[in-house]
Amino acid sequence: MFKLRRFLKGYMKEVIIGPLCKLFEAILELFVPLVMANIIDVGINELHSAGYVLRMGGALVLLAATGLTSALFCQYFASKASQGAGTEIRRELFVHINYLSHAELDKLGTPSLITRITNDTNQVQQSIAMCIRLLTRAPFIIIGSLIMAMSINQNMALIFFGASLLIALTLYFVMSRSVPLYAAVQKKLDKIGLISRENLSGNRVIRAFSKQKTESERVDEATEDLTRTSVRVSMLSALLSPVTYLVTDCAIIAIVWFGAINVNAGGMKTGDIVALVSYMTQILLAMVVVANLVILMTKSGASAKRINEVFETEPSVREEYYDYMPLHPSADTPKIEFKNVSFNYSSNGDDELSDISFTVKRGQTVGIIGGTGSGKSTLISLIPRFYDATQGSVLVDGYDVRRYCFRQLREQMGIVPQQSVLFSGTIRDNMKWRNNQSTDKDIISALKIAQAYDFVSALPKSLDSRVEQGGKNFSGGQRQRLCIARAIVAQPEILILDDSFSALDFATDAALRKALAENAKDTTVIIVTQRASTIKNADLILVLSDGRLAGQGSHDGLFESCEVYRDICLSQLSESEVAK
Amino acid sequence: MRSINSSVVKKLLPRLKSHAFLLALAMLSAVVSISLTLLIPVLVGNAIDNIIGEGQVYFEAVTQIIIYIAAAIVGVTTCQWLMNYLVNLISFRIVRDMRRDVFRKFNTVPLSAIDTNPHGDLISRVINDVDAVGDGLTQIILQLFSGVVTIVGTLGFMIAIDWRIAVAVFLLTPLSLFLAAFIGKLTHRRFTEQQILQGEISSFVEEHVGNQQLVKAFSYEPRAFKGFDKLNGELQTVGFKAQFAGALANPSTRFVNALVYAAVAVFGAITVISGGLSIGGLSCFLTYANQYTKPFNEVTGVLTQLNTGIAAAERVFEVLEWADETPDKSKTPVNNCKGRVTIEDVSFSYVPEKPLIKHFSLEVPSGCHVAIVGPTGCGKTTLINLLMRFYEVNEGRILLDGTDIRDLSRDGLRRCYGMVLQDSWLFSGTIMENLRYGNETATDEEVIAAAKSAHAHSFIKRMPDGYNTEISEGGGNLSQGQKQLLCIARAMLTDPSVLILDEATSSIDTLTEIRVQKAFAKMMKGRTSFVVAHRLSTIKESDIILVMKDGNIIEQGSHEELLKKRGFYHTLYHSQFEKQ
Repeated sequence: MFKLRRFLKGYMKEVIIGPLCKLFEAILELFVPLVMANIIDVGINELHSAGYVLRMGGALVLLAATGLTSALFCQYFASKASQGAGTEIRRELFVHINYLSHAELDKLGTPSLITRITNDTNQVQQSIAMCIRLLTRAPFIIIGSLIMAMSINQNMALIFFGASLLIALTLYFVMSRSVPLYAAVQKKLDKIGLISRENLSGNRVIRAFSKQKTESERVDEATEDLTRTSVRVSMLSALLSPVTYLVTDCAIIAIVWFGAINVNAGGMKTGDIVALVSYMTQILLAMVVVANLVILMTKSGASAKRINEVFETEPSVREEYYDYMPLHPSADTPKIEFKNVSFNYSSNGDDELSDISFTVKRGQTVGIIGGTGSGKSTLISLIPRFYDATQGSVLVDGYDVRRYCFRQLREQMGIVPQQSVLFSGTIRDNMKWRNNQSTDKDIISALKIAQAYDFVSALPKSLDSRVEQGGKNFSGGQRQRLCIARAIVAQPEILILDDSFSALDFATDAALRKALAENAKDTTVIIVTQRASTIKNADLILVLSDGRLAGQGSHDGLFESCEVYRDICLSQLSESEVAK
Repeated sequence: MRSINSSVVKKLLPRLKSHAFLLALAMLSAVVSISLTLLIPVLVGNAIDNIIGEGQVYFEAVTQIIIYIAAAIVGVTTCQWLMNYLVNLISFRIVRDMRRDVFRKFNTVPLSAIDTNPHGDLISRVINDVDAVGDGLTQIILQLFSGVVTIVGTLGFMIAIDWRIAVAVFLLTPLSLFLAAFIGKLTHRRFTEQQILQGEISSFVEEHVGNQQLVKAFSYEPRAFKGFDKLNGELQTVGFKAQFAGALANPSTRFVNALVYAAVAVFGAITVISGGLSIGGLSCFLTYANQYTKPFNEVTGVLTQLNTGIAAAERVFEVLEWADETPDKSKTPVNNCKGRVTIEDVSFSYVPEKPLIKHFSLEVPSGCHVAIVGPTGCGKTTLINLLMRFYEVNEGRILLDGTDIRDLSRDGLRRCYGMVLQDSWLFSGTIMENLRYGNETATDEEVIAAAKSAHAHSFIKRMPDGYNTEISEGGGNLSQGQKQLLCIARAMLTDPSVLILDEATSSIDTLTEIRVQKAFAKMMKGRTSFVVAHRLSTIKESDIILVMKDGNIIEQGSHEELLKKRGFYHTLYHSQFEKQ
């Protein structure tokens, strides 16, 4: 929590004045019982004067009005400081997340990052406001009431100390027991979430096997379990307020009893008892506030920890140069070169890629083929520097990729990821992702190459058609084609297609490849695929197996020499098709 | 707004009614505890009246009163705890039942409801929304009970002490109510705005963080920051307004309270001077004035929770009101299914505007192998949906062994089918439990035999705990191919008469792919089968090949017949191997 205090720096004024206003209000509040005691002891008992009572009544109203004003000021400063700090935390989180590289994002997980930016930040924001409003007031009222009680009668104040201690102990007891239970409740809720998710995604299977009853029994058990724990928590937390009241009321009895003795002995006035009773009530209310504050702080402490965890995560891939460098590649400089590249995600794990070397000339088409988990996607993610090679080096236009600034390196690439994702907005917005200045002409020609123009132009609003989040309103095949178009709008020098034809039928797949070959002659194309037919005619085929290069060369050569490649081909194509 | 609220209340009432006894008990505890709470100030006041001054304390009376107070405290503490506990118990039970109901709904609604609603949203309804309803319920019941009893009780007591001052208090209350209502209205709109913006920020973060690779690849960061800053800035403005407006409620109502308090003090003191009231009476009147206004304060305190609860309840009831599937006409199981499937003049569409299958007929004799091919999105899965009765035909009928499938029970029908889908679904549990999913009575030996013939046995044995290995949610620790092999074994154990197989596309490695093919072949022997094929090389042996395009069956026949036709199948078949 304290680590986040730097976000309050711009709000020092609010953070200091806010609590002061509240403190002022609290001081005023403490005067109310005193005024009341005066009304009784002086106005009624001594003077019998309605005028005095009225004047004192006026004082009460004045106290209330001044209190209201300072409370409003406090609320204003609290809102301003907390919202401001929250906004800055959110902003800095978002920016920091964008600097993290893939390895860290995988570890943290997107849903969790979203919760951290939204819920966790809200929680912290709320607790900042609460602190400004209450952190000074409640302790002050408690201490103030104690002091006022002491000023009335020191012996009677002992009752106050005893009662406060007992209430604090009760708070501690209930909290320390219930906090672990809250965690258990959360876990059980997660379990219900899990069962629900399974039932939604596996709905067809459940119906096919007629397992609705078993599934209902599963959720019955999970909900019953949750209810049991929740009820246990509530039995505990339901104790909190009755016990606090119990202690306070007992203290009031004590005040009345010992007060009676004191009054009888002439050490106190009746009005003092009335004032003491109302101070006791104020302590009680303040204690309840403290309890709520403690609950809130435990919750937001956990949130702050989750936020700090993000800030403390350092990107593993860092930009070391920030300027564009002049490039003068000669005709025979390879466009892409891998020199003895090895890579693993964690230092103690097995190598994902080991000792990979190959060169790609400008304008060539490269096919990368291999089974699941053979390292194909990892290999291509080294080119735009999503990850850094653990050993060896990756070169683009003759320079190590680490020598480039991110922008210069990535600007020349068009990447189509395995998951075809579009962003909410219009089709045109999506096509302008690389370059805000792209014209409709560029976009349309890209759509045509990607075999997407037919269906886009058939839409009533054409390029201005809405795309929902993720592109859900388009079919898998349409989405994939739009993603390909998005990558080629800015005419990249390197086009990377990561298994990007999987949702396309063979006819579209072939037409698309043909159009690409015709329209982007200078583009270096890298195609990752599982289909032998897709890359049969590539200039260079890389065969990956368990992170190693099992072979590289042309189709005919590899079919002769590389067993892994031959197996793949034979499992997908018939003998005659292989030879074609 | 009001009409929606009241309709939600109407729907919640029956759920509350089933806990009528506990509710009555809680109400009783509320009445007892609050009446006693209100009695305590009277007693304290009486005690004070017996403490007049030096040497003028009537200890006997004071002692007597203190004993009454002690008894009242015990009663208050017990009843207050009981009320809190009971109300929590009731709302937790209602929460549990609502969760179960929503969950059961998932398995009884037509499948289209599950297909067309985002699963994340549905899960959020089961988890977050139901929780919010529970929180809202607890608050409203507690506030309603204690609020009503407190208001009625304090008014009663005040009237009993001095009706004139009571009337004054009563007249001042509308001010507090009016203020609370006004601020509530002010805040509600702002909070809604804030909620909407927060949702927008969530989805913005989800899109851009979830697809970091794209953001990086397209050097989109600066534009992403700009977009985020815009939303974040709007949220700050709206958030500040919402928070400040919301924070107005508490000081303002407290101000009104202070005014009421001052009024009572002045009127009371003057009445005391004129001899109409005792000092003790005034003291407890003051306490009542404080108590009386509290419920109004507290209602403003939980207003946000109530609003969220109502919004959440609307979302939960929306799901609960979805229409169920039409009930089964008969409950009789299908005996000795032969697997003869007849499709008679079937027409079907998901949405009326977009007709998919039109007047389709097909006779599939027992043991016949049918393959379905076609480009993506052509409606291959639609046919499966109809065969399994996940969706109902619009026109025509489908017969199994000569009986209209609508005259069979869904369970009975589906037990005749064995289904292996492309996105293989496993639930969290052990491998053994997953394999037994369709046939709980299968012995270990039978399960192992099925796994062996599905070529799954060898990899299962290599898992850390063999057949008892826990599968994480969605089968994260298994490869796509392994998952599919498990699904095949699972389907084999049910010994179905008709098989429905959706071939895997790209995500399976070659070795597993060969195993899957073999397992498919073994399973199909002697059974009627429908195979959705993605690789044309695998379906040449099928008895009937259905070629689908845009939802229609455009060609049907054997491989040779279709090639001879030189139609769409011919193009499709050859496009696979076209030269680049």
